Amino acid sequence: MDYEITLLTTMAISVIFALSLNLITGFCGQISLGHAAFQGVGAYAAAMLGKAGWPFLATLPVAMLLACVLGVVVGLSSLRVRDDFLAITTMGVVFLFVGFVRQQDWLGGEMGVSSIPDHGMGKLGFMVFGIVLAAFVAGLSVYIRRTWMGRVFNGIAEDEDTMRVLGIDVPRYKLAAFAIGTALAGLSGALLAYHLQFIGAENFGFIESITVLSMVVFGGIGSVAWVVIAAAVLSALPAWFQVIGDYKLLVYGGLLFLMMRFSPGGIAGLVRRVFAPGKAREGKA
Amino acid sequence: MLYVELVVQGLVQGSIYAMIALGLTLVYGLLRILHVAHASLFTLGAYAGVLITNASGSLALAFVGAALIAGLAGVLMYRLAYQPLLSQPPFVALIASIGLYIASEEAFRIAFGAQGLSFATPQMQGQVALGGGLQLSRIEIWMMVGTVLIIGVLAWLQSRTRIGVACQATVTDPQMAESFGISLRQVRDINFFVGSALAGFAGVWVALLNNLVEPTMGSVPSYKALAIIVLGGLGSVPGTLAASLVLGVVEAFGTIYIGQFLDRNAIAFAFLIVVLMVRPQGLFARR
Repeated sequence: MDYEITLLTTMAISVIFALSLNLITGFCGQISLGHAAFQGVGAYAAAMLGKAGWPFLATLPVAMLLACVLGVVVGLSSLRVRDDFLAITTMGVVFLFVGFVRQQDWLGGEMGVSSIPDHGMGKLGFMVFGIVLAAFVAGLSVYIRRTWMGRVFNGIAEDEDTMRVLGIDVPRYKLAAFAIGTALAGLSGALLAYHLQFIGAENFGFIESITVLSMVVFGGIGSVAWVVIAAAVLSALPAWFQVIGDYKLLVYGGLLFLMMRFSPGGIAGLVRRVFAPGKAREGKA
Repeated sequence: MLYVELVVQGLVQGSIYAMIALGLTLVYGLLRILHVAHASLFTLGAYAGVLITNASGSLALAFVGAALIAGLAGVLMYRLAYQPLLSQPPFVALIASIGLYIASEEAFRIAFGAQGLSFATPQMQGQVALGGGLQLSRIEIWMMVGTVLIIGVLAWLQSRTRIGVACQATVTDPQMAESFGISLRQVRDINFFVGSALAGFAGVWVALLNNLVEPTMGSVPSYKALAIIVLGGLGSVPGTLAASLVLGVVEAFGTIYIGQFLDRNAIAFAFLIVVLMVRPQGLFARR
């Protein structure tokens, strides 16, 4: 039972993390190759506050806030650069984060932060808490997509310049996407810190950023349900198959490539193509 | 004296970056693809270099072999991976490229082991005194000479030969070039071959410098090379060259003065982000 609880908790955290990226990249079309940095900020914030004696639940809002602040800063830079430039800038953020944390002794430096206090919920309670939060984030995603803001996000993803011509304040919406997405990434980081009870800079590097991107891409950029499924399945794969555990990166990398090569719309696109072939063409890649 | 030393160290590092980044610029200029898997070809070249040297004992053969193998692999990559994706939005090719890169890094580990390979007999050892207490290894000196030579040849090819002019025309206006009878396909193949061969070449140099080839050796240069082509203004060859050298020097000074706050990679990307904030089009773009 213990094993299943740990696995389900991991899955719930991954789902929150993937959905947080889906908001930025999927909904709003802003590619981010450095999303793990925001998870890292949340994780470190929660871990340090927890060690300073804060109760678990009180660390969550602070972790989200700090990740959100960094997210808005990066978002501000995204207003100046687009497409390829943005991809490289966001990639830079993750290297900056890892490089910074490694040199900071008060953040544990190379050694990482260990003996993060217990959340006091019990393993089962924490799992339920994680799943409830994941469900909440999924609900929030669906809700956002239906609001005016969600539609503007979609418009920006499709054609930014047209939205500008229509008089939409594009920068404001881009910042909003970054703010919400990175705050949620911070939340997943805080949960991860308490789940693992040990974190290091290498938990939040470029590969982790790509792993979460592959979850979003594999599910189908922009689709909530399929991203949830993809995040849950991909995060559990290494645990299910020992072989994959050893070749995890080969599998992730290969999947990422094959998916883009043969079905850029992810599983969602594939399903759409099989069940509604006529509509597949207009489907967003 | 410290300043001079730092600048020289920076230029050495910068010339490695230049060789990797130039190939990337060629690809970007033509296809507008951020070709992350370029680093796989760099690593492939390094492995080929060590394996050929150890088998044949000839370093010259290793350079030729590595450039050839990396070049052909690059063309293959273009045909199988990128060509079918050209009609998709740009991030599709970018993500495919990242996937390819991660998978290849892992494939190298499986094929050649995690510990890496070394030259059976270390090549080109020895230090050369440049006067004033300045010292460089023989490899570093040859590497800089090699970079200058290659860039010279490349510049000559671009401006003086049919194929070079065809390449430039294709970059400027693909449709017009095609209507003048230039085969886009051929130009792209050649471009990928040359760019990838350069990466393979650089791989052998780095293998010589460290006397070690590891599966992950491509990661840092690959990200740096991306940062460099952005700094250079995406697609501009002289810009890339200048940005490589500038970044090498900035890193050299950075590690001395702010090394306690940020490591080398972080300094490079901090510099990149600051530059992009001020000049979103890159340092050397003419826009």
